[in-house]
Amino acid sequence: MGRYVVRRLLQMIPVFIGATLLIFLMVNVMGDPIAGLCGDRECDPATAAQLRHEFGLDQPVWRQYVTYMGNVFTGDFGTAFNGQPVTELMGTAFPVTIRLTVVAIVFEIVVGIVLGVVTGLRRGRPVDTGVLLLTLVVISVPTFVTGLLLQLLLGVKWGWINPAVSSAAPLDELIVPGLVLASVSLAYVTRLTRTSIAENRRSDYVRTAIAKGLPRHRVITRHLLRNSLIPVVTFIGTDIGALMGGAIVTERIFNIHGVGYQLYQGILRQNTQTVVGFVTVLVLVFLVANLVVDLLYAVLDPRIRYA
Amino acid sequence: MRGATHAKWAACAAAAALAATACGGGGGGGNGGGDSGAVLSSSWGDPQNPLEPANTNEVQGGKVLDMIFRGLKRYDPESGEAQNMLAEKIETSDSQNFTVTVKDGWTFSNGEKVTAQSFVDAWNYGASLKNNQRNAYFFAYIDGYEKAHPEDGGKQSADTLSGLKVTGARTFTIKLSQKFSTFPDTLGYPAFAPLPKAFFDDHDAWLKKPVGNGPYQVDNYTRGSQMSLRKWEQYPGDDKAQNGGVDLKVYTDNNTAYTDLMAGNLDLVDDVPAAQLKNVKNDLGDRYINTPAGIIQTLAFPYYDDAWNKSGSEKVRKGLSMAINRKQITDTIFQQTRTPATDWTSPVLGEDGGYKAGLCGEACEYNAEEAKKLVKEGGGLPGGQVKITYNADTGSHKQWVDAVCNSINNALDNDKACVGNPVGTFADFRNQITDRKMSGPFRSGWQMDYPLIQNFLQPLYYTNASSNDGEYSSQKFDDLIDKANGETDTAAAIKSFQQAEEVLRDDMGAIPLWYQNGSAGYSDRLSNVKLNPFSVPVYNEIKVG
Amino acid sequence: MPEPRQEPHEPERAVAGTGMGATMDLGTSEAATLEQPPGPDGTNPHERPRSLWTDAWHDLRRNPVFIISALVILFLVVISLWPSLIASGSPLKCDLAKAQEGSQPGHPFGFNGQGCDVYTRTVYGARTSVAVGILATLGVALLGSVLGGLAGFFGGAGDAVLSRITDVFFAIPVVLGGLVLLSVITSNTVWPVIGFIVLLGWPQISRIARGSVITAKQNDYVQAARALGASNSRLLLRHIAPNAIAPVIVVATIALGTYISLEATLSFLGVGLKPPSVSWGIDISAAAPYVRNAPHALLWPSGALAVTVLAFIMLGDAVRDALDPKLR
Repeated sequence: MGRYVVRRLLQMIPVFIGATLLIFLMVNVMGDPIAGLCGDRECDPATAAQLRHEFGLDQPVWRQYVTYMGNVFTGDFGTAFNGQPVTELMGTAFPVTIRLTVVAIVFEIVVGIVLGVVTGLRRGRPVDTGVLLLTLVVISVPTFVTGLLLQLLLGVKWGWINPAVSSAAPLDELIVPGLVLASVSLAYVTRLTRTSIAENRRSDYVRTAIAKGLPRHRVITRHLLRNSLIPVVTFIGTDIGALMGGAIVTERIFNIHGVGYQLYQGILRQNTQTVVGFVTVLVLVFLVANLVVDLLYAVLDPRIRYA
Repeated sequence: MRGATHAKWAACAAAAALAATACGGGGGGGNGGGDSGAVLSSSWGDPQNPLEPANTNEVQGGKVLDMIFRGLKRYDPESGEAQNMLAEKIETSDSQNFTVTVKDGWTFSNGEKVTAQSFVDAWNYGASLKNNQRNAYFFAYIDGYEKAHPEDGGKQSADTLSGLKVTGARTFTIKLSQKFSTFPDTLGYPAFAPLPKAFFDDHDAWLKKPVGNGPYQVDNYTRGSQMSLRKWEQYPGDDKAQNGGVDLKVYTDNNTAYTDLMAGNLDLVDDVPAAQLKNVKNDLGDRYINTPAGIIQTLAFPYYDDAWNKSGSEKVRKGLSMAINRKQITDTIFQQTRTPATDWTSPVLGEDGGYKAGLCGEACEYNAEEAKKLVKEGGGLPGGQVKITYNADTGSHKQWVDAVCNSINNALDNDKACVGNPVGTFADFRNQITDRKMSGPFRSGWQMDYPLIQNFLQPLYYTNASSNDGEYSSQKFDDLIDKANGETDTAAAIKSFQQAEEVLRDDMGAIPLWYQNGSAGYSDRLSNVKLNPFSVPVYNEIKVG
Repeated sequence: MPEPRQEPHEPERAVAGTGMGATMDLGTSEAATLEQPPGPDGTNPHERPRSLWTDAWHDLRRNPVFIISALVILFLVVISLWPSLIASGSPLKCDLAKAQEGSQPGHPFGFNGQGCDVYTRTVYGARTSVAVGILATLGVALLGSVLGGLAGFFGGAGDAVLSRITDVFFAIPVVLGGLVLLSVITSNTVWPVIGFIVLLGWPQISRIARGSVITAKQNDYVQAARALGASNSRLLLRHIAPNAIAPVIVVATIALGTYISLEATLSFLGVGLKPPSVSWGIDISAAAPYVRNAPHALLWPSGALAVTVLAFIMLGDAVRDALDPKLR
């Protein structure tokens, strides 16, 4: 186990370097960000040159990358164009996005698994067909359409929620955005749980448990559910990173000042430091989440042993 | 207006500038009705640059500066006229050497006195190259600028401007490098605001919580998210805040801000999205204002591209102009928050200031037949198709560009005569313009720095002027501008400017589209909401309750 | 017919990568259960490999879900090729005077905010959406299965490098990548969008292909063929590929729908296709802010998009059910 974790951690290093380099190059392809800083007119060349120098943009790309990563390891993620350290932006953005992600994950777990179990146990019944169809519809409609419609209906027409999230972003205001963010994954979790439950229901150990005369709920919770949840846990675990980085659309619609908002803003302003900094953290979250999921896998399924 | 030579003629407000009149912020509406302690919330965008006076060149940062700073001059919120604010008097005998006397009794909100030194230090800071101030060019007229801010890439040899001298606690002198009689009128621009010692002593702390001398003080600032401004009770000026404060909330999408206004979570939206304009009457009734602002939208052309700069091109450009049904677009897309342009300036200048309705004549009127004929006579569209380049990330540019293209397509009877060419980000859009990579007309918007006709013509169309992105060049135009700048009589100067504008018209140097209004919607808690000619809400006059 | 859950050959196989972002998670996860390829993996080794396909086809022909979705897709392909069959006007012909007007004779879906006929644009929009979906899926499947298959077959250093590269791509949120990469593209064809999807989509398929090739490689008949001296290329093409391709097809079909949806999201963020391309994504994002005044302009293209995505996902579902023996 220990050796496995060490090996995985070592494997993370090239992936981390590759991913940050990739995003660094991508942002650099976007071109010179200085021109956008001076409004509808040309920057005066001296100031522009000075700014370029200050942000290190006059260096070759590889050197910019090396300098940047060197700074990152000392905890310095650079400065945004508005003069704010990127770490400060992270300090305000990440808590908000983490809250949003937590809400989304809770939805995935509670609603997704419950629906999955119900449909899995009642395969072919009307409730199964209905939920299955619903999940298909949720998957087919783009998130931004769902988000805009919910915002309009719940926020404006019926006045149930605030259409935009305030800057403090308390949990209760994040419920609807969290649902929108979770919606597609929610549908996948439902389908995944359903398949898995339906499959394991016919397995020997479940039949044995039933034959032993164990109460139905015990069979379901102790035997069936535990084994069926392995792929679901895998999915949800790896979804964490995707949710945090994929919240660009949701955060934009509901005016949430989180990671997605900062990334969007950073891209529009071609702010390399902001974008690369946030993505670096997201990549780390993704890698760690993957590792944790793999370890969880071993916990949930005793047959798997990591050498 | 960098690189502009200087108008020697006296602008409309020059007389007022020289007289030691009391500052007229236009406030003083009494306290009848309205809770002067109540706080309102208003939509905001994240300022792009650090919030320093000489570093802020866009409206969002400008909003804050307008609340927390008062300079020597202030543009009247209604007429746009430059009036004395902190200046007791600005005297000159030769239009080149000015003596400024600062009023007594003004302090920053941290108690520090506003002195002549406060101004000189601030201006020196703004001009010095090492401070990276985006608006440094505003100080370019002051003697010694080229040493503090060498343009040619040379080394900076001075930290301060030799043209600025403090002569007393409340007096300082300004020496310009050339004559520029309306220079005092430019001093209402936020770049010329005074700065307290705290700005230089602990710059980081100041940026976290800026301290100024305006009617509001910053209470709390979470960058990228919200700024809380509160009324500064000891504010010495006449334009005291009529409310308890303003909470500026950052919105990424003005549509969300508008939605929040309707849901009652926001009091003021100063940029109503085009998509919602049709609903404002229904949603807000009379809680909606639509005021002319000093903004004109045009389509500029790449004169560095031979396809657009050959004989006959002017006919194609004129034809395109006549193929645009401005009225239909402003009515349908903008719901009359923009007015079809008939010249190259803005109605906020007023007739006396040089605005001349109808100067463009039939060239700005929709006429499909004539348009088709002109384009054909001019040799057809270069490459058979025009691409209108614009940045797609902000504003409602896509809507109007699509509409303009559809209008051109319909007029020319060709589905593919015109297409929009969106550029993902504003920065990239500016890059492509600066690198002279445009292959067809492109969006060009101009918001005036100060309400003078010179500001609408010279920076945009004078040969090699700072914002002449299309490299339009006409000897005749340049001569007329020079002539206008040399006039000492306002009326004569304006006449010359208008003659230059006629040259621009005959070349169809850029297609004027429409004058942009400022529009704002507000909740029923607010009253006395106004927008100034720069389309910024006059926050200090808003009453809550 | 319960079969023992196999131990992952390599622990990281358990990672069902989801780097394609929340909107694109498609079947990755489901692929986790699919990685044990449904081919002749010991359950009935005496049958010839082809039987899987015959069986599947037999199943599919009777599955109403398959028939309906196949018909919808056929219809979409036909109108993508010949939109003028059912729409006579030009999608670029717009009259601002009619902006936002509702349904009227000759214009069943009404007009959008620019006064273009929504019906005509919805019909013509199918072409781009279907083209993006199909071409991107082809690219992803080809690149992904070749790279993943080779890595899985040969293993070793190449495999390790490829695995790390796929991890790199998974780690980058897809919408973010789209915003950055596509914001600088000035071409107004569908190719940049397709290229982008292939670039960020192939690791998903590659991972699945690799997994199923590794499993197929260990089958007795492959070992036998190898013992008989079959060349690597013969082994790969004749023996392994036919059995390892099933999971790839399943995931690719489901992914196709999500790619179409992704194109719309990119357009919503302003970096997708550009005019004068006509696409549902462009129309949906243009109509979204006007939803209060002209809901029909949003409804029709969104509806068409949803039906298309639905059809491909249902098709993928049906194919998976047919190819996955565990569910038979």
